[in-house]
Amino acid sequence: MRTILYLIRKEFIQIFRNKFISKAIFAVPIVQMLILVPAVTFELKNIKIAIIDKDKTPESRGLINKLGGSTFFKLSFSPFSEDQANDLLHRNKCSVILQIPSGFGKDIGNGKQGKLLAAIDAVNASSAEISWAYLNGVIGDYNTDLVKQNITTSPLISSPRIEITNRYWYNELLNYKYYMLPGILVILVTAIGFLLAGLNMVREKEIGTIEQINVTPVKKYHFIIAKMVPFLLIGLTDLALGLVIGKIAFNIPFEGSIFLMFLGSTIFLIAVLGMALFISTFSGTQQQYMFVAFFCMIIFILMSGIFTPYESMPMWAQDFNLINPVAYLMRINRMVILKGSTIHDISKELYSLIVIAIGFTTLAVRRYRKTA
Amino acid sequence: MNEKVIYVKNLVKKFGNFTANDNLSFEVFEGEIFGFLGANGAGKTTALRILSGLSKPTSGEVNVAGYDAYKQAEMIKRNIGYMCQKFSLYEDLTVKENIILYGGIYGMSKSLIRERLTNLLEKLHFQKDENRMISDLPLGLRQKLAFSVAVLHEPKIVFLDEPTGGVDPITRRQFWETIYETASRGITVFVTTHYMDEAEYCDRISIMNEGKIVALDTPEKLKKQYDAASVEEVFIKIARP
Repeated sequence: MRTILYLIRKEFIQIFRNKFISKAIFAVPIVQMLILVPAVTFELKNIKIAIIDKDKTPESRGLINKLGGSTFFKLSFSPFSEDQANDLLHRNKCSVILQIPSGFGKDIGNGKQGKLLAAIDAVNASSAEISWAYLNGVIGDYNTDLVKQNITTSPLISSPRIEITNRYWYNELLNYKYYMLPGILVILVTAIGFLLAGLNMVREKEIGTIEQINVTPVKKYHFIIAKMVPFLLIGLTDLALGLVIGKIAFNIPFEGSIFLMFLGSTIFLIAVLGMALFISTFSGTQQQYMFVAFFCMIIFILMSGIFTPYESMPMWAQDFNLINPVAYLMRINRMVILKGSTIHDISKELYSLIVIAIGFTTLAVRRYRKTA
Repeated sequence: MNEKVIYVKNLVKKFGNFTANDNLSFEVFEGEIFGFLGANGAGKTTALRILSGLSKPTSGEVNVAGYDAYKQAEMIKRNIGYMCQKFSLYEDLTVKENIILYGGIYGMSKSLIRERLTNLLEKLHFQKDENRMISDLPLGLRQKLAFSVAVLHEPKIVFLDEPTGGVDPITRRQFWETIYETASRGITVFVTTHYMDEAEYCDRISIMNEGKIVALDTPEKLKKQYDAASVEEVFIKIARP
């Protein structure tokens, strides 16, 4: 036990003596929170739309004004021909083309259906679908306006029979920042757990100091624990820092227990540190380690459900996520912060993390060879 | 005759098809300065790593400080000191921090660490420099310090792997004085080197060539046997017959 304390002391001295790392440890969470939280959003605003108005009637202009006036669309171009419009779409100058054929106003005036044609850039399928939905919504609104104006001419159209009202739970204003912030906090602790400890370990191999440790009676688990503890504490400190920034800068609601979130993050960090140190036992150089660790980290983060809903992943991906610690913490953080979930609600996640933590730490200790 | 502290019989170490140590047999006695000589790649470091519990032998008997190298490597580590070719104190720690760390690792009490620290700094005339970073020290000083740290816990045996590599002659001389002083305290010194003048300082030397021990005796007897004026001449006669 005393040996561990001497080793931990040594790690802390080394970390804080390194001018760059000691500053980066505190700069990273601040920068990450302030940049990523507002930047990473799925909200589509200011979709650039090009409208070919071949009609040029009060009706077509009314529709154009309606679109231009909504926050979703930004009327960027008014090309005269389809070729011109297609060229704009091709060069990414706009992402939606709306064509109003001549006769649109006349048809509406005559009580016939007005026809429109939209072309949407679907390179990003999900934003294409959202654009389409918004476009439909705005045009639907315009449709209702027209119906109201002509209520006398079309007495048959009455109000719909079924009416539904909804309320969004847990994030009433559909604020994407609230959704992303707990996820960004997870990325923050993941990066600290994955990169720092493993690199530190491999660095000792590179400069040869690990040899000097291996020739002493230090127990394997002493050395591994001493490599974990400092980065565990740094990870938790950064998490606290990130939360404070979340509160001050984005006023994130915190529904659940902070203690519970820190408990989850502690187990998570042990799991990730165990993985990192396990990988480090295979790597001889920092370059090798970075390559493998970065690869794992990217997979873990992208599969964790931070951007894409966990439930819509294919079955094999969901199975893979059984050993993905990032996926568990992603759920824990969002549930605790936004829903106020209790320890019973997240017990499955906590147990899974405990298993992963014990498993990989044991592997790291076993794979670390003092005698080759 | 003193007690045997190292006993090696028919030691073989293979890396794949390459035999790094081919059937080595020797004994080292308490308080002895035992030199391990050989050209680069002769297998000195491999043997030393096996004796210090860093590497497992392929076959043969190896007993160090009364412990078996196959099953009791960790017990061996309790009883030895080790200083390797590649300088290995923590360069980003100070002199004092390094000493406290290694003292702590060997389970020494706080007061004992403090006492040894004071003695050591005094002996090296280093009192003012205890808070200097290792990276700021010249190589010769670092080597002396690394050696002192390797014997901080008063081990039975200390293994030195080319401890004076890249050091000037005066510092080498001083280094050897420290080795003598250590051996006089009853600590066995097992040292590899390719400086032949250093071999003259050893009680006994063994010369390795291509994984085999080709000669083993006191420097005087070897010189007589090979009719040579110096160990260097002996070495040349053996290595290039």
